[in-house]
Amino acid sequence: MRRDPLPDNVLDKTDRLIINTLQDGFPLTAHPFSEMAGKIGLSEAELIKRLVNLRELGVITRFGPLYDVEAMGGAFCLCAIAVPAEQFEEVMTKVNAHPEVAHNYERNHHLNMWFVLATEHPEGISDVAGMIEAETGLKVLQFPKQEEFFIGFRVTA
Amino acid sequence: MKIDATDRRLIAATQSGLPLTAAPYDEVARWLKIEAAEVIRRLQALKDAGVIRRIALAPNHYALGMIANGMSVWDVNDSEVSVLGAKLGALDFVSHCYLRPRALPDWPYNLFAMIHGDTREQVESKRGLIAEILGDAAQSNDILYSTRILKKTGLRLAKNKG
Repeated sequence: MRRDPLPDNVLDKTDRLIINTLQDGFPLTAHPFSEMAGKIGLSEAELIKRLVNLRELGVITRFGPLYDVEAMGGAFCLCAIAVPAEQFEEVMTKVNAHPEVAHNYERNHHLNMWFVLATEHPEGISDVAGMIEAETGLKVLQFPKQEEFFIGFRVTA
Repeated sequence: MKIDATDRRLIAATQSGLPLTAAPYDEVARWLKIEAAEVIRRLQALKDAGVIRRIALAPNHYALGMIANGMSVWDVNDSEVSVLGAKLGALDFVSHCYLRPRALPDWPYNLFAMIHGDTREQVESKRGLIAEILGDAAQSNDILYSTRILKKTGLRLAKNKG
């Protein structure tokens, strides 16, 4: 995924309107682009062409359904390990080797490795955390969510 | 909700996105060899059950200039944390806000709020806004910045199960 900002002049007002409008939802109808194009004041073909371009520019992370793994019976858990500096690369390799590790970040804290486990069944979380502890000899702190406060976040393009 | 094998194929086919064609659900139906009306009906049922949170465009906030983010963490009184967490979740610069268990003595914080901004200074000033909202209910706080992405694959359902 693109991590650097686009230069200011790449997106025009219409592109920004598309991003801001389609963030709020996309219809489940036979011709959804036609419906949204009407709201934005574009033709269906022009809207699709611009979306293809935005996707190629890396402005769109995903266009479509956002699935909730927990509603499907799976589980997520944020985990953290305090990794001694001299073991960091080795531990990273061992942690990342598990397909259940969805993302993993180094952070500027005594607890310096933070990763998310995503499993298809809730009991998978402690299984994988236990395997990582056995493989690394380090304690895996588990921070399962107890309550979620959702969600005012919006990116204004 | 009980998810059947066809739902699983539908999820696998659409979890990284819809095709950018005039009739995207028809296209998905062709992939799965089912009717377009069934694709729409099943997606609607998944949405009604909360399995789909929303169908929408997810912007890449880095490309749009929001390149700074920090995981702010707060030790908030248990009796007030649900009410205050809801206030933080409603902020437009907070992308994720969760109540999580403390891990004493290593970790005293129970409220996590991911703050986004264009610069680290912006993130810090937004952290100040959160501190004002929490007031005396927060005993202590910290913010963790990511210094390196070690892995990022996101959720991928196995395609061959169900």
